Amino acid sequence: MDWVSIIESLFRGLIGESFIFFALAAIGLNLHFGFTGLLNFGQAVFMAAGAYGLAMMVATIGPAANRNFGWDLSESTLFWLGIFVGVIVFPVIFALVMGIPTLRLRADYLAIVTIAVAEIFRIVVRSPTPGIKKWTNSSDGLTGFSGTFYDMSPFGTQDRYLFNLFTGNQMFLVMVGWVVLAIVATICWLLIRSPWGRVLKAIREDEDAARSLGKNAYAYKMQALIIGGIFGAIGGMIRAIGFSVAQPDNFITDVTFFVWVALILGGAGKVLAPIVGASLLYGLLNFSDTFLRQGVSNDLIPDSLMTGTQVGQVRFMIMGLGLALLAAFRPQGIFGNKEEMALDDR
Amino acid sequence: MFLAAIAALMAFLSFGGPVAAQDDPAETVGGRLRAEDDAGDKIFVEGVEFTVFDVDGNEVGTATTDADGVWLVPLLTSGVYSVELNVDTLQGFELRNPENNPLTGVEVQPNTNKNTLFPLGERVIEESNSIRPIQLFVDGIKLGMIIAMCAIGLSLIYGTTGLTNFAHGEMVTLGAMIGFVFHVTWQFDFLGSWMTSLVFGAVMATVITGAIGGLFNELVWKRLRNRGASLISALVVSIGLSIFFRYIFLYQFGGRAGFYRDYRIGSQVEFFGLFTMLRKDIFIVVFGGLILVGVATGLRKTRVGKAMRAVADNRDLAESSGIDVEQVIKYVWIVGSALAGLGGVLFGLTENVNWEMGFRLLLLMFAGVTLGGLGTAYGALLGSLIAGIFIQMSTLLIPGDMKNVGALLALIIILLVRPQGLLGRPDRIG
Amino acid sequence: MTGDQFESDFKDDLIPDAGPLAGAPGDVSDMSVAISDKIVGVDSVAARAALADVAWEPGAKKPDPILIADGVVRRYGGLTAVDVEHVEVQRGVITALIGPNGAGKTTLFNLLTNFDTPDHGTRTFDGHNIDKVPAYKIANYGMVRTFQLTKALSKMTVIENMKLGGTGQKGESLWRAVLPFTWRAQETAIEQRADALLDRFKLSHMRDEFAGTMSGGQRKLLEMARALMVEPSMVMLDEPMAGVNPALTQSLLGHVTGLRDAGMTVLFVEHDMDMVQEISDWVIVMAEGRIIAEGPPASIGQNKAVVDAYLGSHHDSALDLDTEL
Repeated sequence: MDWVSIIESLFRGLIGESFIFFALAAIGLNLHFGFTGLLNFGQAVFMAAGAYGLAMMVATIGPAANRNFGWDLSESTLFWLGIFVGVIVFPVIFALVMGIPTLRLRADYLAIVTIAVAEIFRIVVRSPTPGIKKWTNSSDGLTGFSGTFYDMSPFGTQDRYLFNLFTGNQMFLVMVGWVVLAIVATICWLLIRSPWGRVLKAIREDEDAARSLGKNAYAYKMQALIIGGIFGAIGGMIRAIGFSVAQPDNFITDVTFFVWVALILGGAGKVLAPIVGASLLYGLLNFSDTFLRQGVSNDLIPDSLMTGTQVGQVRFMIMGLGLALLAAFRPQGIFGNKEEMALDDR
Repeated sequence: MFLAAIAALMAFLSFGGPVAAQDDPAETVGGRLRAEDDAGDKIFVEGVEFTVFDVDGNEVGTATTDADGVWLVPLLTSGVYSVELNVDTLQGFELRNPENNPLTGVEVQPNTNKNTLFPLGERVIEESNSIRPIQLFVDGIKLGMIIAMCAIGLSLIYGTTGLTNFAHGEMVTLGAMIGFVFHVTWQFDFLGSWMTSLVFGAVMATVITGAIGGLFNELVWKRLRNRGASLISALVVSIGLSIFFRYIFLYQFGGRAGFYRDYRIGSQVEFFGLFTMLRKDIFIVVFGGLILVGVATGLRKTRVGKAMRAVADNRDLAESSGIDVEQVIKYVWIVGSALAGLGGVLFGLTENVNWEMGFRLLLLMFAGVTLGGLGTAYGALLGSLIAGIFIQMSTLLIPGDMKNVGALLALIIILLVRPQGLLGRPDRIG
Repeated sequence: MTGDQFESDFKDDLIPDAGPLAGAPGDVSDMSVAISDKIVGVDSVAARAALADVAWEPGAKKPDPILIADGVVRRYGGLTAVDVEHVEVQRGVITALIGPNGAGKTTLFNLLTNFDTPDHGTRTFDGHNIDKVPAYKIANYGMVRTFQLTKALSKMTVIENMKLGGTGQKGESLWRAVLPFTWRAQETAIEQRADALLDRFKLSHMRDEFAGTMSGGQRKLLEMARALMVEPSMVMLDEPMAGVNPALTQSLLGHVTGLRDAGMTVLFVEHDMDMVQEISDWVIVMAEGRIIAEGPPASIGQNKAVVDAYLGSHHDSALDLDTEL
């Protein structure tokens, strides 16, 4: 057993780019569910909105506009435009589509609609019909949009950093990611401590009470949905930059469930908890992944029980069961307190 | 005890995969070779050899089609491959598009099976007489019936307990897989006919899923109810269980689709030149229709059925009229799950059996039930039928791979316009 | 919904005293913390006096109505829950809405507070037509309501509950929320007001506790205090005495009369006839969805229609609306 590589992958998981991706998404989901009581099971769509907003702007929409309108927008202009589209425009549109039909109804309906929208997204983006493929490149995904980002990196691309774990580009991404994470967490913290956050907490517990005091519950829920979605989109964008590709399979429903487990593990309803939850979860996943794979390849685990390719499936099984058990027995997670926890009450 | 049940389930399902679970590669490429014989019937072609090459031209594997025309080559990884049919082994048939042999640029995604198509024989210009909208309408009824059968349980569980059970789709998959195990893997053929093992498998699927549904209610949902757990946490629990079971299915059954056996697909039957149906589809529609009529009648006439509707409609009122609500809930879980299991067998018969089938259907179920009225029984039936028809007929306007999108969009629009659905009551929806 | 849920712990309840106000009814010096523009100039003594000229019949017109409902009909399925031709509520007095079970009081109450929409009819509050106004906006007009099942937000502290009630809070806007300096000053002012109200309702010692730890009676008081943060001109109380320990009753009654004496209009739905007799200035009686009688409390007991409704065999309604929330 190569413990060094196991520890390395654990460390990488705890602080690397994938963790940042999930942490941002979890903070967004925390705003949705932990603070407002919204059942958003389509966070992956918001993450995809960020990734595809940027990717499409640079790779397909931008060049098409350049051709059709005779403009000459440079890649870096498109990059910054893409950030705006991915972080603001797309998430707002998705939030409106999900929220307008459902926020006046019971919480379950949002759950259903968010899963439906996620499925619609998956089908549409992966569709091979030419009319769509030229914008999204269906299941192959889009590439070639992260150049502007890495051009800004002060780290040498060939050098390795931080115990030789990260290349120059990765280091830049991780640093930027941490800065963004800090900013987002601060914004979230400010929001929650404000009167706006107070109204959210009231709505989470009892909408009618909030209404009787003059608060427009519907508007607040929509705002929370949008902001949380924007946080998720930022996460999705960072990951897309990190992997230099925006692919539909990176944003499947299972990603949403990852985020939920991270959130509940850390404790919904506390600002920093989702960060800890995401870190722990991803570290654990990386650890178990490497550990199990090595076990299989070293024949410590017999083939009859589990093959290499089944390791991933076992992880999901554990995750699903873990989520169910957490929700049933310790819905406040590690850091939440029972009194505040939304799960305990209707 | 709960864990023992899970272990038993896994052991049982491990018999199920089309390839033994132990050596189950996650990526495969394969297909099913079909042709028309001299009588004009559709048959499968046996004994034809296929070779798979990777991007660098190295041979990765070969396979020969079996009696069902199925061939399969396991792969080590996802990626791009090419597939070649060995024409020397193709006796008595011609490739329709010989220039596509070998087929290149075959892309295999992770954890999936890639189906390839090698059409044989002349393309029959007008294979059957049908008017497309009517054909789609009939196809829609068939799909709608399957959705309806599975959705009743979902709707009634919501109506009686308030739980939106996201794990309901897994009952469908379970039913299909149980049927598969009895029919394909073990081939319990009685009286020499392959159909009997299918019937037997269907019966077993219904019984077992019903029992498991009841078991889940006792062990999980009832306990949560008694502990006063909120509906939201129960919902999240159901989602966790949904993931858990889906990946158990994937783990044990494998990633590729399994097909029920047809020695012949059976010829198409024409109906007045308006539409055609395969024999098995006729069976599905007739049988499904009978079951649904039976269920609808049962809900109207039997005591249990009436009690179910009463509790689903207004739990407190029903309780104060002396109905034992817990008992009714138990029956709802058993019957609802059993129907879902049976629906799964039919779904597997009309398409195929794979680990995700129930989850895919779940979304369509939500569309149907929301349209008809979440919490009602008749609403679920009506809404699902309409949803099925809508899905199939939407292909008149949009590409086939996106037909589910139509139903899901319709779901969103219904919530805008009439959230309680056709038969639901406005005060149930918040 | 039943009394069980509101068992207050006697020990935790407030020691009953002579009432919240320092002086006699009419002494509004203590109300300075809660006077809003909307009730300046409302003379409750004169308002009560004016009631003497009002006819004792259903739908009677009032000299200075703050709330009017016209032709309001609400049906559920095939049953008519409410069918009120005309009703007016006098400003500056305490009006009681009573009736036997299933009379439609709660439904009418919800219709008047816009937590339910009628099938037909119009409602006017303080001169504004409120038919198309969403429930939350009504508070901005000056009407606040409480709930039969007390909605003290148990996962928030008492002071947070109170601060929630403040209207026009800049910090509640999304953009300003992230810039604390834009709302700090207002927040401090709101907190001061909240503390003053808590003091008056004798809840200050629970200021930083989660509302969930309070007894049922304390929660009722909290809900009432919180409602006052809205600076309303009309307070609608939904069964305020439901499940309240008798020792607390006097205290609550005192608070309610205090509201009126400060110029607010109060309407409450009640079953407790003692409360009705003791503090209401005017009574509206419903049965089977209609208003069958109106008048001062003393007149109601003898009214034949009322007696019949409560005692008679008119309980053929399958409707039992008062069991719903």
